[in-house]
Amino acid sequence: MNLIQKEVEKCDCLSGFFIIMSMAGGTGSGLGAFVTQNLQDHYSNSLKMNQIIWPYGTGEVIVQNYNSILTLSHLYRSSDALLVHENDAVHKICAKLMNIKQISFSDINQVLAHQLGSVFQPTYSMEGSYHYRRNPLGELMENLVPHPEFKMLGIRNIPQMSENSLAYSTFTWAGLLKHLRQMLISNSKMEEGIDWQVRPPLSRLPTLGKVSLNRELHFNTSIANLVILRGKDVHSADLGGFKDPALYTSWLAPVNAFNVWKTQRAFSKYEKSAALVSNSQFLLKPLDTIVGKAWNMFASKAYIHQYTKFGIEEEDFLDSFTLLEQVVASYCNL
Amino acid sequence: MEEGVVNEILQGPLRDVFDSKQLITDISGSGNNWAVGHKVFGRLYQEQILEKLRKSAEHCDCLQCFFIIHSMGGGTGSGLGTFLLKVLEDEFPEVYRFVTSVYPSGEDDVITSPYNSILAMKELNEHADCVLPIDNQSLFDIISKIDLMVNSGKLGTTIKPKSLVTSSAGALKKQHQKPFDAMNNIVANLLLNLTSSARFEGSLNMDLNEISMNLVPFPQLHYLVSSLTPLYTLADVNIPTRRLDQMFSDAFSKDHQLIRADPKHSLYLACALMVRGNVQVSDLRRNIERLKPSLQFISWNQEGWKTSLCSVPPVGHSHSLLALANNTCVKPTFMELRERFMRLYKKKAHLHHYLQIEGMEESCFMEAVSSLSTLIEEYNQLDATRSMPVEDLPRLSVAV
Repeated sequence: MNLIQKEVEKCDCLSGFFIIMSMAGGTGSGLGAFVTQNLQDHYSNSLKMNQIIWPYGTGEVIVQNYNSILTLSHLYRSSDALLVHENDAVHKICAKLMNIKQISFSDINQVLAHQLGSVFQPTYSMEGSYHYRRNPLGELMENLVPHPEFKMLGIRNIPQMSENSLAYSTFTWAGLLKHLRQMLISNSKMEEGIDWQVRPPLSRLPTLGKVSLNRELHFNTSIANLVILRGKDVHSADLGGFKDPALYTSWLAPVNAFNVWKTQRAFSKYEKSAALVSNSQFLLKPLDTIVGKAWNMFASKAYIHQYTKFGIEEEDFLDSFTLLEQVVASYCNL
Repeated sequence: MEEGVVNEILQGPLRDVFDSKQLITDISGSGNNWAVGHKVFGRLYQEQILEKLRKSAEHCDCLQCFFIIHSMGGGTGSGLGTFLLKVLEDEFPEVYRFVTSVYPSGEDDVITSPYNSILAMKELNEHADCVLPIDNQSLFDIISKIDLMVNSGKLGTTIKPKSLVTSSAGALKKQHQKPFDAMNNIVANLLLNLTSSARFEGSLNMDLNEISMNLVPFPQLHYLVSSLTPLYTLADVNIPTRRLDQMFSDAFSKDHQLIRADPKHSLYLACALMVRGNVQVSDLRRNIERLKPSLQFISWNQEGWKTSLCSVPPVGHSHSLLALANNTCVKPTFMELRERFMRLYKKKAHLHHYLQIEGMEESCFMEAVSSLSTLIEEYNQLDATRSMPVEDLPRLSVAV
């Protein structure tokens, strides 16, 4: 905390804290959650966003499900927003879009860095103005986390491809935005394999009772979306598709739920690029899966002795499960 | 312990590896008697041992774990070795205890090895964090296979047909003169690979405490079956992908296990893959996907994989894999051990050698057997779940 204090004192105007951590291991997940808790105690007025790495579904650490649920439940209490990157999704992006044959962690990290860069690079604060946004972190959270129950954010980028393919491609804003919108509503994590059959529901009547999770949730309802456009002719981009009320929940009108940031400056090597940060049901299935697996393991009491050795009791596990089941139910009922 | 043995090591090629201040010797050995090793030598040398341990431990910035390497069949290794476990647990309760135990094979030269092994098993059950059982027969089989592979390689390059038979026979004979060196080499490699992530950098590091954490779901079930691939030096520089995938497949075959066991046909509780060399995460994931359908994992740990990548390969190879599995295939080894024990115990054969040592009673034997039986029973129960249909347990329902 002393180190953090030194850095904070150096800032003229502290926007907030951005904590990068993984969920599967021990240090990233445990210490990360602890640090976030401390930040909450010491700097309660500052915003905190945690960037968390969702582990591979097929397992990289055996107790990753336990670690994940403990981390998520703690972060839900002390953090303001959780920006989630799934290893599986990023891995697929490397394989399918970037055409990398032997994917290494530096490739994966490069995609992650690209996604973060596309969001946090400076953008203009108002239409036509030449002043850059002072507080992207704060505005992001203001736009995307209207309700403390819904904190999970995801990023989608378009386009995303290897250097070789880039030479042969041209882009239009209409095309990019059409794909991005469909990626959002069909819950696709990347540009390839988008399900074009998914359409927003015709009427936005509130769903009666709990939606059964066994049924494939085809349509991805959003709470709030933020589109960031970078590149040539950015003012000509038509974002009407994102303002459709059918995309959103009934308790937040599109004028509040949808925001856009723009800049003429191109990002990375892409002449035109768009990023979408959304608070939607996109993480519902992975979360449900992890909670389910952790629950099964917990029921057989496997590995629990490893945690009780260090002071985490079964009660703490149960608290975590309860909190996350609540989150799952809330997202389900959007 | 035995002066003769220690002196031989000190004159051999490894003499510089051992710090002479840390050696404790006595004139005679334990006479293949666990009781002598455990009770007599234990009591005699406890102070000295503790003193030396304390001195070494104080040098460490961060003591992670102790490695105990011993055999189960003899007297010193099994008796004094397991006595040490208790001492370590009392003195350094927070430090992990990894034990590499050499179990007696079917035909071994020590008649009382079942007694020694069972008495030692009780200590391992209670005081070790993690045990890597190894048996001599498997090591010997692996060495023989290597010989065969090396010689068949040579056969391809020899020109004269007449000398084929003589040259290969001669080579085999030379190898078998000192098989224990080659066998020990395998175990040494096992330990090197285990600690490689802690000693070298890599994209996915794994500390030693992570092994215990991930592979031991219940405190009693801490026996890990290990397998090492590849076993022969690959002369090629450019390894095609087929060889890499082959390495993963081999790790799960019963011929590569360091103990007589067939993990593919038993139930996995957890599995760790420690890869060294130029292997990327995509290769790892691809192979896990490929091998998963042929392996049976317990219902609550369907994706029970722990992975680690270390970029530095072992000397002479471009990559290697160490697989550690917590698998019910250790059960037959334990059952066989119990069988051999009961055969001797029923006749009360050789018992008087043990009972004449102060502190040993018949109850020690009974307790040891019952401890082993409990362990076997736990494995049985887990195996029984294999045939049961997997049901998802009802989740907590929340008021919306």
